[in-house]
Amino acid sequence: MADTTPKPKEIAKIDHTPPLMRGWMDEPAEIKKGIYCYGSKPSNLEYVDMPFPREWSPLNDDWNLPENWKDIVKEGFKDRLDRFRSVKLFMDICVRCGACADKCHFFIGSGDPRNMPVLRAELIRSVYRRNFTTGGKLLGKLAGARDLDKDVLKEWWYYLYQCTECRRCSVFCPYGIDMAEITIFGRELTNLVGLNIDWIAAPVANCYRTGNHLGIQPHAYKDMLDFFTDEIEDITGIRMEQDLNRKGAEILFITPSGDVFADPGTYTCMGYMMLFHYLKNLGLDITWSTYASEGGNFGYFTSHEMAKRLNAKMYAEAKRLGVKWILGGECGHMWRVLNQYMDTFNGPADNLEEPVSPITGTKFENARSTKMVHIIEFTADLIKNNKLKLDPSRNDNLNVTFHDSCNPARGMGILEEPRYIINNVCNNFYEMPPNTIREQTFCCGSGAGLNAGENMELRMRGGLARANAVKYVHEKFGVNMLACICAIDRAVFPNLMEYWVPEVDVTGIHEMVANAMIFEGEKKRTTDLRGEPLPGMEEEEDV
Amino acid sequence: MNFIVSILFSGFAFSVVVLIPWIGVGAFDLRVFFGVIVPYAAMATFFVGIVVRVIDWARSPVPFRIPTTAGQGWSFPWIKSNPIDNPKGMGGVIVRMLFEVLLFRSLFRNTSLEYRRTGGLPKIDYEWEKWLWLSALVFHWSFLVVFLRHFRFFMEPIPGFVHLLENLDGFLQLGVLPFNGLGVPGVYITDGLLLAAVTYLFLRRIYISQVRYISLPADYFPLLLIIGLGLSGVLMRYFLRVDITAVKELAIGLFKFSPKVPDGIGVLFFIHLFILCVLIAYFPFSKLMHFIGVFLSPTRNLANNNRFVRHVNPWNYPVATHTYEEYEDEFREHMVEAGIPVEKGVEPKEEDKEVPETSQKE
Repeated sequence: MADTTPKPKEIAKIDHTPPLMRGWMDEPAEIKKGIYCYGSKPSNLEYVDMPFPREWSPLNDDWNLPENWKDIVKEGFKDRLDRFRSVKLFMDICVRCGACADKCHFFIGSGDPRNMPVLRAELIRSVYRRNFTTGGKLLGKLAGARDLDKDVLKEWWYYLYQCTECRRCSVFCPYGIDMAEITIFGRELTNLVGLNIDWIAAPVANCYRTGNHLGIQPHAYKDMLDFFTDEIEDITGIRMEQDLNRKGAEILFITPSGDVFADPGTYTCMGYMMLFHYLKNLGLDITWSTYASEGGNFGYFTSHEMAKRLNAKMYAEAKRLGVKWILGGECGHMWRVLNQYMDTFNGPADNLEEPVSPITGTKFENARSTKMVHIIEFTADLIKNNKLKLDPSRNDNLNVTFHDSCNPARGMGILEEPRYIINNVCNNFYEMPPNTIREQTFCCGSGAGLNAGENMELRMRGGLARANAVKYVHEKFGVNMLACICAIDRAVFPNLMEYWVPEVDVTGIHEMVANAMIFEGEKKRTTDLRGEPLPGMEEEEDV
Repeated sequence: MNFIVSILFSGFAFSVVVLIPWIGVGAFDLRVFFGVIVPYAAMATFFVGIVVRVIDWARSPVPFRIPTTAGQGWSFPWIKSNPIDNPKGMGGVIVRMLFEVLLFRSLFRNTSLEYRRTGGLPKIDYEWEKWLWLSALVFHWSFLVVFLRHFRFFMEPIPGFVHLLENLDGFLQLGVLPFNGLGVPGVYITDGLLLAAVTYLFLRRIYISQVRYISLPADYFPLLLIIGLGLSGVLMRYFLRVDITAVKELAIGLFKFSPKVPDGIGVLFFIHLFILCVLIAYFPFSKLMHFIGVFLSPTRNLANNNRFVRHVNPWNYPVATHTYEEYEDEFREHMVEAGIPVEKGVEPKEEDKEVPETSQKE
């Protein structure tokens, strides 16, 4: 964590009362260190042919904008009003009732009034009114309208990259106005003039080239899986080799690359590998791919078009390998894209077949068009059909709570399956308060491409609402493990927990599954996947 | 622009709306203008404006099916799904929309943030907050009942449902304050509820700091119009009676397109009518369009069935992708070396053969 990040007690001094006498239009936004992310580097935009690649810094007065940037943005605005009913409607129908205001984790954690979803949207609506409504053209400020100028554009950029597209506000909005939709739209506009953040632009360029956000090349990807294979062998005594890019497999497995890259995601990855090995004898025929080695989609945080360009690899690779269907790993926005966009972007996947579990024979009817199944659904079905031999007491050292990741919750609705699995692989499960889970779940504070390092203060603020709920169950039930089904969660929660609730660790669900799974011919398991002693095995470790 | 400017501006606009008919009828006796021309113009603006706006919305397609899922989706038979908050098909969507439109279900979820610090560290709670939902619900339903009750002035004979509503609405059988004498009509509950709710909605814009900060003149103005509309109506009904027979003659004439303005209608009625005209003429250009917009909202009116029913984007266009061939061309040698299957083998070149051996020796 950056040394400059203020301490929790500093950050905790949050005032949620906006200024009394000065309206928000009267004060230009101040771009603060620790909150903003670095601007996109030209090479990353060039690689994917995004417009106006250049060196620029958010702190500079001059952002080196193209001369006709206003026309570009206005033209882009109009074009999108004609292409997205959502945007047009959401510009027109907000009544500013304020129901969304205190629902945003960034407002809760910062008190910055522009982080109230309604006001973040008004930053854009005000320009809409000025350019596209009669009232706004005639009355200006009195109609809530203002001109698009450089300060406004900077304000957009600053606050659009302080929204994690988590959709919590849209649950509470009486008209379903979705700030995520407005942010997606607004970010498309900033990208028209070359303004992105590098933490999004770099993964996009990487993913385009190497197949994954982290830029892991095929041989390195294999190295990583090999490394995990060795680790697993150490723990279980069984060598669980995985197939890569194998033609003719029945199923293609795609997971976020974060899972192969850093702890604790890697343990989840080992969990997948162990599950696949376990099922091999039961008839699972599955391959991983280095070309489609990314489940996530940072293109989605750039533009619909970029999302589609990156997403295309999944069906293309499925077709090339000749698989019947695709299995997807634990990830958040990945599943919003897969659920609500993929088939529309790049379907229909006619060369694939309606997914059927080769182990249980269950037809995944809810995926009969996209042909892509969530591994949580897949595993829940296995457990329901008694296909896994599990010893949940191996997770008895864990008091688990479950964080519903925003997108699987509010962009899909996969709420019960993960809980079903958790309840079958561990004995101590405690829910956080109802206002903070399921469809009302709080974001980790670092989603939608904001999991950079330079904006650590923003992330700690944004994650406060989630951390506060974790702290509650930690103090009440002794919760020491935060489970989630999102790779970004696994990447960012360790920092967040260390900052707000230091005694709580982070895990994916398949890590716990793998710990509990009893393999035929395994050696006596004394440690979990992290190499820490299993409950009751502490002595043996010492010996 | 702060909230005082916003309130002053909308208050000023509202005052003008009241003064125009007051002076127009009171001083210049422009009864036909305010009794016939303005109402027709306002109604035309209302209907044409709404149609134009809705067509404009509808012209923009819905490229992606993006419902906000607020409950368990449909997956396995053994997992209980939430067919209303996460609808699988049209039936669920209809129920969801009905809940939304009739009962303001999303607003019902509202809570209020309670932020405290204990020992310098944050402690966050989410408190019960149903006042916004309650006042919104009371306001909209009361407005509807009041509107329907007005059919007694437009229609002859008075339709049965109006009598029914009047009886229900007036069941408390309250007379007005005793000093007003006999013959005073019973008090309608909705008159009071409407005014109370709309006043609350106005006041909360001022005393809730966050709502105060985001409120625009466009938020205060319609509330003032509705308060003015309600007050002038209440005044007419309970205190400063107008000639109801004459008013009804005017109203029926308007709806039969043979308008005439009978004598004996007081200025207060023209103020009431003019406020209404401004409100409906303002309607299509304002946030009041939420009334229709909510039906078109793609996060609410679509089923979460993307994975089993494909949604088609009418403007979907081909995009540049990085193909597998390009990928393999870049990484083929590494892949072969690592034992990853490839489509094309590595073409052996003379110098390539030499290089690894020499490098190994080093």
